[in-house]
Amino acid sequence: MHLGVDEPVRECQYSQVCTRNSSPMETPHKKKIHTRKWRVFPGRNKFYCDGRIMMAKQTGVFYLTMVLIMVTSGLFFAFDCPFLASNLTPAIPAVGGVLFFFVMGMLLRASFSDPGVLPRATPDEAADLERQIDATNGPSGPGYRPPPRTREVVINGQTVKLKYCFTCKIFRPPRASHCSLCDNCVDRFDHHCPWVGNCVGRRNYRFFYLFILSLSFLTVFIFAFVITHVILRSNRTGFLSALKDSPASVLEVVVCFFSVWSIVGLSGFHTYLISSNQTTNEDIKGSWSSKRGKNNSNPYSYGNIFTNCCAALCGPLPPSLIDRRGFIQPDTPQPVCQSNGTSIYTPTRLYAPMCDQHQCIQSTKFVLQAAATPLLLHSEPIVLPSGRPLAGKSSLAGPCASLAPGHPSLTSLPSSVPSLTCAGELLALRDGDPHCRHHHFASPDETPSPPSPPHAMPSSAPCPAHGHHHHQHIHPAQLYNPASQDSLHEDSVRGLVKLSSV
Amino acid sequence: MAETHSLQDLRQQAAIASKVFVQRDYTSGTICKFQTKFPSELETRIDKQQFEETVQTLNNLYAEAEKLGGKSYLEGCLACLTAYTIFLCMETHYEKVLKKIAKYIQEQNEKVFAPLGLLLTDPIERGLRVVEITIYEDRSIGSR
Repeated sequence: MHLGVDEPVRECQYSQVCTRNSSPMETPHKKKIHTRKWRVFPGRNKFYCDGRIMMAKQTGVFYLTMVLIMVTSGLFFAFDCPFLASNLTPAIPAVGGVLFFFVMGMLLRASFSDPGVLPRATPDEAADLERQIDATNGPSGPGYRPPPRTREVVINGQTVKLKYCFTCKIFRPPRASHCSLCDNCVDRFDHHCPWVGNCVGRRNYRFFYLFILSLSFLTVFIFAFVITHVILRSNRTGFLSALKDSPASVLEVVVCFFSVWSIVGLSGFHTYLISSNQTTNEDIKGSWSSKRGKNNSNPYSYGNIFTNCCAALCGPLPPSLIDRRGFIQPDTPQPVCQSNGTSIYTPTRLYAPMCDQHQCIQSTKFVLQAAATPLLLHSEPIVLPSGRPLAGKSSLAGPCASLAPGHPSLTSLPSSVPSLTCAGELLALRDGDPHCRHHHFASPDETPSPPSPPHAMPSSAPCPAHGHHHHQHIHPAQLYNPASQDSLHEDSVRGLVKLSSV
Repeated sequence: MAETHSLQDLRQQAAIASKVFVQRDYTSGTICKFQTKFPSELETRIDKQQFEETVQTLNNLYAEAEKLGGKSYLEGCLACLTAYTIFLCMETHYEKVLKKIAKYIQEQNEKVFAPLGLLLTDPIERGLRVVEITIYEDRSIGSR
């Protein structure tokens, strides 16, 4: 379970889960003995290097981050450093080099690590939990929806609600949350960062924080020294010819200027979060804010800033719980592959027993079926508005930075790159998780109107905030087509939705 | 004890009657801790005292793994300074304790649980969510 920290991605063999037909149904006895667990991982993740590297499905923005950092730094070392080294001190490129490697190391570590994914429940566990829940809630007649599954626990004097995850079939530990983009429950879920191409959770939060902190230093460093370089040159040869001599400096200044504001702001915000031992999730929801109640305080805080910081950054690093590289044992119970809901919902038989890689094919089938039905007309509203434009593509951390301190509005999410957000939202619409629906439809009463985007942050907080407990089992089809809950139509909708997000 | 089963015999011969899941106890926060409440299904099989002792030992071991102290901070700082490459050579403290836990569970299974027709599954194989206790069908004569 060790991750090669600076293992160059280039040297590894890439074998993504999606391109292999690793359905557990085929040749079970022969293949399973040599099949590594990552191949049948039920979440929506990509694996590289035979399971050593784990990332989210959408990695485009991550490559952009890499390119921006490498190009800007490369230009700095190529064009500015020779001048600075000879005219000022060679320590400048040396320090810059160290910073650059640290930034890249932390970025790769944050991106490639398992963020703290909680493995899904085995069938036995799930059945046991269901039994317990039924016993608590009492028997339900046909057509009766039981109340939301929650457990309350008192931690350090604060009552915390543990919610049941219908996808993973577990009661989520405190501070865990289900990421709808990756379709996993993540321990101490902070946010899903598209810039890093992964969720940020318990196991990679410190790498993420060190990445943005060192990146702030690097950005400021480059910005300062490029300006110094241009000024020094201008003193000798005049401003315009200085710019002509090193044209790269202009690009660097522009990139750094926009990045500095967002990255330094983000670092400051996360420094605050670390010192108060909160996650981005909790801060946005205001879970522990004193505005909620007189006695409301953070039960996880150690009381003083120093301990909180040490715990977050230097505390013990828990190992990965998902054992990506282990081999599947024939007698080991595997969690169910499909991510649709429990027996309460109409099972989408076409989805079982598939893993993610088959859903593209199924989606196409559903689209063809949907095309034959008038449902297609109703499915237009599913394509949700993209909200904020992808601002500051040239800056290194646009959406993350939108989470400026003191902006607790649910619409400013650090993880929502709008196109990805749409994808995430649409993808989440397909599964039978009422919690997902609950999050995504902030006001399920207003039927076809597109919900506001508190979706990439897949916690259940908007639910109590909006108080729509009785609405949580609405099918997505209902909202857009009040006509029927016909499972074919539902599947067609899901298929169309999925396809439009691909 | 009239008969003692070895672990292998148990797995090969006995059929699984049921499984009991000991859930996590979150009252102390997010640290890994399991409930010491004695499940009713085990009443006929094992001593309450024995069960509680086992779970308590497990809890103590997990607490040791997650303990914040000088040693863990030192490890964390050293790791950060070496850009986490140091973990290519050595194990983290947590992993060392997990090995200890695995050994303890195996011992307990051999000495205490298998003779009673029970099998403890290492919680790490269940994502640290539950301690799974498999109850095997009691086919033996003379066991309690």
